[in-house]
Amino acid sequence: MSGATSEGAAHQRLELSMTVTAAFFYLFATITIASGFMVIASRNPVQSVLFLILAFVNAAGLFLLMGAEFLAMILVIVYVGAVAVLFLFVVMMLDVDFAALRQGFLQYLPIGGLIGLILLLELILVVGTYTIDPGLVRSPQVPIPSADVMTNTEAIGQVLYTRYFYFFQAAGLILLVAMIGAIVLTLRERVGVRRQDITKQNARTQETAVEVRKVPFRQGI
Amino acid sequence: MEFGDILLAVAIMLGKSLLMLVALLIFIAYALYADRKVWAAVQLRRGPNVVGPWGLLQSFADLLKFVLKEPIIPAPANKGMFLLAPLLMCTLSLAAWAVIPLNSGWAIADINVGILYIFAISSLGVYGVIMGGWASNSKYPFLGALRSAAQMVSYEVSIGFVIVTVLMCAGTLNLSAIVEAQNSSLGILGWYWLPLFPMFVVFFISAMAETNRPPFDLPEAESELVAGYMVEYSSTPYLLFMLGEYVAIMTMCALGTILFLGGWLSPIPFAPFTWVPGVIWFVLKASFLFILIAMVKALVPRYRYDQLMRLGWKVFLPLSLAMVVIVAAVLMVTGNAPGVR
Repeated sequence: MSGATSEGAAHQRLELSMTVTAAFFYLFATITIASGFMVIASRNPVQSVLFLILAFVNAAGLFLLMGAEFLAMILVIVYVGAVAVLFLFVVMMLDVDFAALRQGFLQYLPIGGLIGLILLLELILVVGTYTIDPGLVRSPQVPIPSADVMTNTEAIGQVLYTRYFYFFQAAGLILLVAMIGAIVLTLRERVGVRRQDITKQNARTQETAVEVRKVPFRQGI
Repeated sequence: MEFGDILLAVAIMLGKSLLMLVALLIFIAYALYADRKVWAAVQLRRGPNVVGPWGLLQSFADLLKFVLKEPIIPAPANKGMFLLAPLLMCTLSLAAWAVIPLNSGWAIADINVGILYIFAISSLGVYGVIMGGWASNSKYPFLGALRSAAQMVSYEVSIGFVIVTVLMCAGTLNLSAIVEAQNSSLGILGWYWLPLFPMFVVFFISAMAETNRPPFDLPEAESELVAGYMVEYSSTPYLLFMLGEYVAIMTMCALGTILFLGGWLSPIPFAPFTWVPGVIWFVLKASFLFILIAMVKALVPRYRYDQLMRLGWKVFLPLSLAMVVIVAAVLMVTGNAPGVR
């Protein structure tokens, strides 16, 4: 009797927590989509970037709901904390007339729509025919550790640095190449610029910096 | 009945948060007072000494003054964003305190990625500054906002590497577990400040740069930018900016306490000292770091902007990168690396 009621209570509790999770999911998802729309609809570029940031933060919330807390935090740190700051920085500095850029909107609509349609079809194909790789099912895999044995972060680290180590390294290499490329593109040697050399500055002593001269009376130097 | 349980849990959570908020704000009021007193003492002045005995109520008088003044919104400002910026800054810096454990098991939310959460929240703080500077639609605030954006992004990198070295020693991202990892029979000598001393120094300096404290307060340099991004702000919005800044500084002090000074652990690990409640040790250590930061403000002149950037990218970044490699190597060679089988 009591076992049945406790089972019922557990079921009820599960249902309630599912409802709360669903409510948060719809909240985050709605805000993400709405702010994603505002990114392209907003007239002011700075406001667009701020809406983009809102979309990122809500996407992090969606990750949290799925139990991927490490990904959620990394999304906020990398995209919101660094990438979007630099983005905002550039948009605020550049004086681009975005209203003028919008003039050709109708002209580019057909090709833009076509690309969007292709992307949508691809997504539908991928999601619609999604199956787990048969090889993955057949091979006796290492069992997925439960959440209370191993934290999310540890689990990602153990996969990333063993199984997918070369992919991980390759991704790092691509970023390195991109960084070097950006430096090469913007590096220019300008002549005639007066720069302070810190080591030279610190090496200066009183002897090298100041010259004391006795000025003879009525003769000058 | 089940619904009642959830309501009760939410009420307990709200109560805890409220308690933390009130305690933190009162502590901040006296931290502000201590900051001004230290500054005054270094300059052979008396500091605030009029309101209340020894000027102890000065911060509350300031609060009343700010709240009762008229908020002025400049006509060309972007009104919504102008008012949103200080709110954002204050809310974000207060939100970081949700995961800080003042004693073992005293955190409002003891989450597994606590340190990443604090890092994420503190990296969001720059948006308050940028939005405030941009929405003011005026020259000096805009320059202040640009400076702040570049500065905070630069020093976040070195703070990130400092955190990585501590994580490698502790083997966890949970703040309470990081403190427990420093618990040993050595007491104060077993905390991470000693083996990771260079990183402690880098953290201390980067924390000041990250929170726009002097000598790195270039976003609000009064000799060149009047008050930087806060020029157009008055009354309560200004109060929120200032409060957010001080809360962020206290967050950094608390983080330094947790990462390097053993959190709530007693410095001398035997009987009469271990009877003292951990929260008292925590507050003492955080206050010690705060007094150090206040002393730096009084003693060191402001950096030039190019020197600031050089320090961040050409000194701290290589140093902290090298330390990550060295610490990892030492841990592997001595077999002390946690979690490596």
